[in-house]
Amino acid sequence: MAKIELKINGKQHSFDVEDRTLLVNLIRDHAQLTGTHVGCDTSQCGACTVHMNGAAVKSCTVLAGQANGADITTIEGMAKGDKLHPVQQAFTECHALQCGFCTPGMIMAVSGFLKDNPKPTDEEIYRGLEGNLCRCTGYINIVKAVKQAAVAMSK
Amino acid sequence: MRTFSYVKATSLKQVGELLAANADAKLLAGGMTLIPTMKARLAQPSHLIDIAGIAELSGIEVKDGKLTIGAATKHVEVAKSAVVKKAIPALAYLASHIGDPQVRNRGTIGGSLANNDPAADYPSAALSLNATIVTSKREIAADDFFQGMFTTALEAGEVVVKIVFPVPAKAAYEKFPHPASGYAMAGSFVSQHGKNVVRVAITGAGPGVFRWKDAEAALGKKLAAASVEGLSVDATDLNEDMHGTKEYRANLAKVMTKRAVAKLAVTAAASKSGGK
Ligand SMILES: Cc1cc2nc3c(=O)[nH]c(=O)nc-3n(C[C@H](O)[C@H](O)[C@H](O)COP(=O)(O)OP(=O)(O)OC[C@H]3O[C@@H](n4cnc5c(N)ncnc54)[C@H](O)[C@@H]3O)c2cc1C
Ligand code: FES
Ligand code: FES
Repeated sequence: MAKIELKINGKQHSFDVEDRTLLVNLIRDHAQLTGTHVGCDTSQCGACTVHMNGAAVKSCTVLAGQANGADITTIEGMAKGDKLHPVQQAFTECHALQCGFCTPGMIMAVSGFLKDNPKPTDEEIYRGLEGNLCRCTGYINIVKAVKQAAVAMSK
Repeated sequence: MRTFSYVKATSLKQVGELLAANADAKLLAGGMTLIPTMKARLAQPSHLIDIAGIAELSGIEVKDGKLTIGAATKHVEVAKSAVVKKAIPALAYLASHIGDPQVRNRGTIGGSLANNDPAADYPSAALSLNATIVTSKREIAADDFFQGMFTTALEAGEVVVKIVFPVPAKAAYEKFPHPASGYAMAGSFVSQHGKNVVRVAITGAGPGVFRWKDAEAALGKKLAAASVEGLSVDATDLNEDMHGTKEYRANLAKVMTKRAVAKLAVTAAASKSGGK
């Protein structure tokens, strides 16, 4: 067992968990934040993407112990009150989701790479989304949303 | 995953002690390979020794014509490093094309070399650039380090500390990524050292990274894509699976080499004219 102390969406938490606990289980089962999804559990699909100290990571492939002391942001931490994060807003307006299962991971991945590259080309958007799979949309509207979010965020 | 004990190490000395005391312990760096392997129960260590935060394993610097990168340096750090981009831009390019952004935010150069996946990118750079792998015990030349599929010269309890790359005159990397995984179906890292020494390392095509010596000889005489036109990679021992035959991979290795050589010329011309 290990004591894990970390910040999730600005709030300090402390959990006693088994050493083999994954960050995604800590977030979903212990912190009870179920917006972060598990799609594949094999680091392929990106549904579990969260920010760890500002960088997008697949939380199904990070141990809780590796995240000890970290600052985590999940999809629940993106909106400010009733005001959606620009990436969330753009996904809504561009109809960039159908079933919505991949969406939390998509939004965390997109907000992650837009920090590095606020004005991505189409090619750079495709490469930025390489770690995330969507089985519904065909990606066209997701790419549209990324472009719209990029414009909104650079204003 | 089966149960194990997780320990966050703070020094190489502590890692040595932990490894000595626990025969079934394993090192954990980025975890991008090891954690999925443990989930699949292909590895069941008793202890995981997290080396990601050890200061002795970090840092990027250029000194006396050599670029040194700490083993725990993440792919994203190599990709973005101004020092790497100036010394060996092909290495920064390679790092920026590993897997996906989330993988690059966690995976490390030491983990990639120690793992020696036959389709991984970094082994080709280490082999082509004639790098030295510095471990907790000794220094190993890249030519001796890679020993075929998932096999290296590393002994039990030996930790990769840093990788020393001689800065080449020119270098370029080209890979044909598998469209789903991003791993190389074939990749070629070509580098020129001094005037006539060219080293070509091929990844993805065979059971492990290897040097294409016929191409090295031809390119050493004349560094132009046309020099490899009449050559072919021996397909006998290459990989064959649902994604491609041996012959397909042999041809792909040649095409990637030609593209890398062509890119070499462009990069060199751009740097002469002060462009990027
Ligand atoms: C979805 C996905 C896509 C990927 N795509 C690519 C790709 O396109 N190209 C590519 O090259 N790679 C790819 N990878 C692999 C990725 O680059 C890994 O990060 C890398 O192979 C292993 O590095 P790590 O730091 O995560 O090591 P870990 O998973 O932590 O460790 C891997 C192995 O190396 C050992 N080890 C780690 N560090 C050391 C050290 N310093 N000394 C001795 N032994 C050590 C560990 O004990 C373990 O056995 C991909 C991975 C994923 C999950
Ligand atoms: S659930 Fe983590 S990558 Fe699919
Ligand atoms: S919207 Fe259904 S998986 Fe992406």
